[in-house]
Amino acid sequence: MDALDLARWQFGVTTVYHFLFVPLTIGLGVFVAGLQTAWYRTGKEHYLTLTKFFGKLFLINFAMGVVTGIVQEFQFGMNWSEYSIFVGDVFGAPLALEALLAFFLESTFLGLWIFGWDKLPKKLHLATIWAAVIGSNLSAYFILAANAWMKHPVGYEVVDGKARMTDLWAVLTNSTALAQVPHVVAGSFVVAGGFVLAVAGYRILRERNATGLIPRKKDFSDVTMPMRREVDMWRAALRGALVMTALAGAIVALTGDMSGQLLHTQQPMKLAAAEGLRHDTAGAPFSPVPGIEVPNMLSLLAAHDPNATIQGIDDIQQRLVAQFGPGDYVPNLPIVYMSFRVMIVFGMATVGLAFLGLFLTRGRGRRARPVPTWFARLCVLALPLPIAAIISGWLLSEIGRQPWTVQGELLTAASVSPGVSLTEVAISLGLFTLVYGVLAVAEAVLLIRHVKAGPDEPMPAVAPDETDRRVPTLMY
Amino acid sequence: MTLNDIWFAAIAVLFTGYFVLEGFDFGVGALLPYLPKEERERQVMIGAIGPGWDGDEVWLIAAGGVLLAAFPEWCATLFSGFYLPLLLILLALIVRGVAFEYRGKHNGRRWRRNWDRCLFWGSVVPAFLWGVVVGNIVRGIALDEKHEFVGTFWDLLNPFALLGGLTTLALFVTHGAVFLALKTRGRIRRKAKGVAEKSGVVAAVLAIAFLTWAQAMEGSFASVLLTVVAIGAWAAGMVANFFGREGRAFLGSAAALGAATISLFAALYPDVLPSTVGSENGLDIENAASTPKTLQIMTWVAVVFLPLVLLYQSWTYWAFRRRIGVRNVPASH
Repeated sequence: MDALDLARWQFGVTTVYHFLFVPLTIGLGVFVAGLQTAWYRTGKEHYLTLTKFFGKLFLINFAMGVVTGIVQEFQFGMNWSEYSIFVGDVFGAPLALEALLAFFLESTFLGLWIFGWDKLPKKLHLATIWAAVIGSNLSAYFILAANAWMKHPVGYEVVDGKARMTDLWAVLTNSTALAQVPHVVAGSFVVAGGFVLAVAGYRILRERNATGLIPRKKDFSDVTMPMRREVDMWRAALRGALVMTALAGAIVALTGDMSGQLLHTQQPMKLAAAEGLRHDTAGAPFSPVPGIEVPNMLSLLAAHDPNATIQGIDDIQQRLVAQFGPGDYVPNLPIVYMSFRVMIVFGMATVGLAFLGLFLTRGRGRRARPVPTWFARLCVLALPLPIAAIISGWLLSEIGRQPWTVQGELLTAASVSPGVSLTEVAISLGLFTLVYGVLAVAEAVLLIRHVKAGPDEPMPAVAPDETDRRVPTLMY
Repeated sequence: MTLNDIWFAAIAVLFTGYFVLEGFDFGVGALLPYLPKEERERQVMIGAIGPGWDGDEVWLIAAGGVLLAAFPEWCATLFSGFYLPLLLILLALIVRGVAFEYRGKHNGRRWRRNWDRCLFWGSVVPAFLWGVVVGNIVRGIALDEKHEFVGTFWDLLNPFALLGGLTTLALFVTHGAVFLALKTRGRIRRKAKGVAEKSGVVAAVLAIAFLTWAQAMEGSFASVLLTVVAIGAWAAGMVANFFGREGRAFLGSAAALGAATISLFAALYPDVLPSTVGSENGLDIENAASTPKTLQIMTWVAVVFLPLVLLYQSWTYWAFRRRIGVRNVPASH
């Protein structure tokens, strides 16, 4: 055990933790903005209720995403100083752009949105949430472009052992980034969709329980029962999430296919590791779950040619040794293999759930079909699936890149801070784990409490001065 | 004036923005256990910085990103060398940020008390440690010929840097009190004014000692001039506070913090991180910088977007420009 191992653990732990919150922020923010737009356009009260309800869940989650994000930026310099020196000239630019273009927008306008209820003119208040979520999505683009450069470095040259930027446009339009950005952002919408499905499903079950609408024996008999307004409201939320998840799911599948093809040409080792393919194989098979093998499928997926040759782990290893000298260039195979399957199976299951739900709840107006109780239960149970899928996607992507931090240019072992001791990294890993653990409990408690409590009652009458628009609405 | 000069100035501007803006947020957090008598007064204090604190903190994130882009070696040596202080600052900022958002979302005495503790420590710790970090940057740290920090954590706690820590803590507390006097009404406003009267004097004594010491070590003509401006602005701000001119008092303390930060960067120039063992081991704006290509692109980005950021961030403060008091606290809270 040395500082390198712990620094890697710390990066893994803090990044996975950070990424539990980020997809929800990206997707749920747009969902809330959409609800508020619906309220602004139609004036229907239940959209406002939903905006405030999901807005609160969004903020509980947002806070965690922000504070854990600062760690990510500082960690590069603290634990990975050699990496920072090597990549700073190229990698720093998207990071600085992210702060200047995206984070300022996101934080400033979210503050206005939180404190501007009933203070700012309605239209302007709606614009603030859109500005904030545009900031969130823009930040995803910049950080993913930076990350894509680590897997497929472009627009640079190496001078005196440091990467120097030759073309920022090439970095920002890296083919890897252009496939990865929509894949991850759409994946975030699937996660947010799954979250809203679970919450709406839970609220539907709860309202039905409270009103005796859940019959004791036949689950589908409630189809003919009269529905209450609340159930209608949650049906609307659920339908919205179903549409979002299904659309985003289609984009995830499409861009996942693009990413697979790029792996074939840009990161063959990751592709081989994901399939556990040992040797260069023409017409390589694919096994969606261990034990079942579809012949020629991997070649078809990765190269769009059933007879294409896919490079195998052992053969790539030999070629890399010939190119870069002795060393182990194979990533952790079991993790890469498993995370690839978890991503695909759980991700597909979520999107399948969305399409099923759209079918079950089809129809508008008087012919609208209510949400079957069993489907509402399924939505609650499915909550972990998209989260597990998107985290696995990152494990595949980042562990599959090892032993490199910058593919073909810089090894992880050569990236770590030489001056930082094992003790220091141990202290920081320990403290982060402790604080993150406590905060995770606090966040979970708050989310569960608010979902259980349901939407707030309308605000009580306030003192006359409360109508002064230039005073923030006290929200904390 | 070369690109490296411009980007050194840009880093100085970003840190100045950060200290001026988040400085009063820290001050308000540090005063949270002392000024209010009851929950509604605490909500007034937090509400005064509520809409803005997150935007204020982005100045730090921007400074960090720009540091990596423009001066990778500076960023690498600074962050890995100041490992433990930065770790504590990060942890403090984490619990503080979550506390803002979470304290009001559940109505329990213990819940609120614990988050209030997070707000207090999450404000005091960075307010002190930023001074320690800045003090050490100006003084220089032990760097070897590969620009790696070779000292220990305890070397960072030298008398000069500790004085720097106390200085920023006192300055930020006063800055926060002046801000509260400007933004609130009623008892909090009066108490904040009283605190600023006393802490302003303490901060002045500490700041004069710290800045004079810094100028004696590293000073140039420009940096000494800026130090004098900073002290003058502070004095003017404190006099204005004494006479209840809250707007002018806040302008004074903001200008003083800005001038003091820039004076320290000016004293540092053209070094960015001097070495205390062999001056040739130190980092300066030439050997720590990125290539002209990157700096050039960054210049365009900054020229276009930084004014835009300033514009909409100022607008946030303008939109909520009125004082808040306990009568603005909804009865349900």
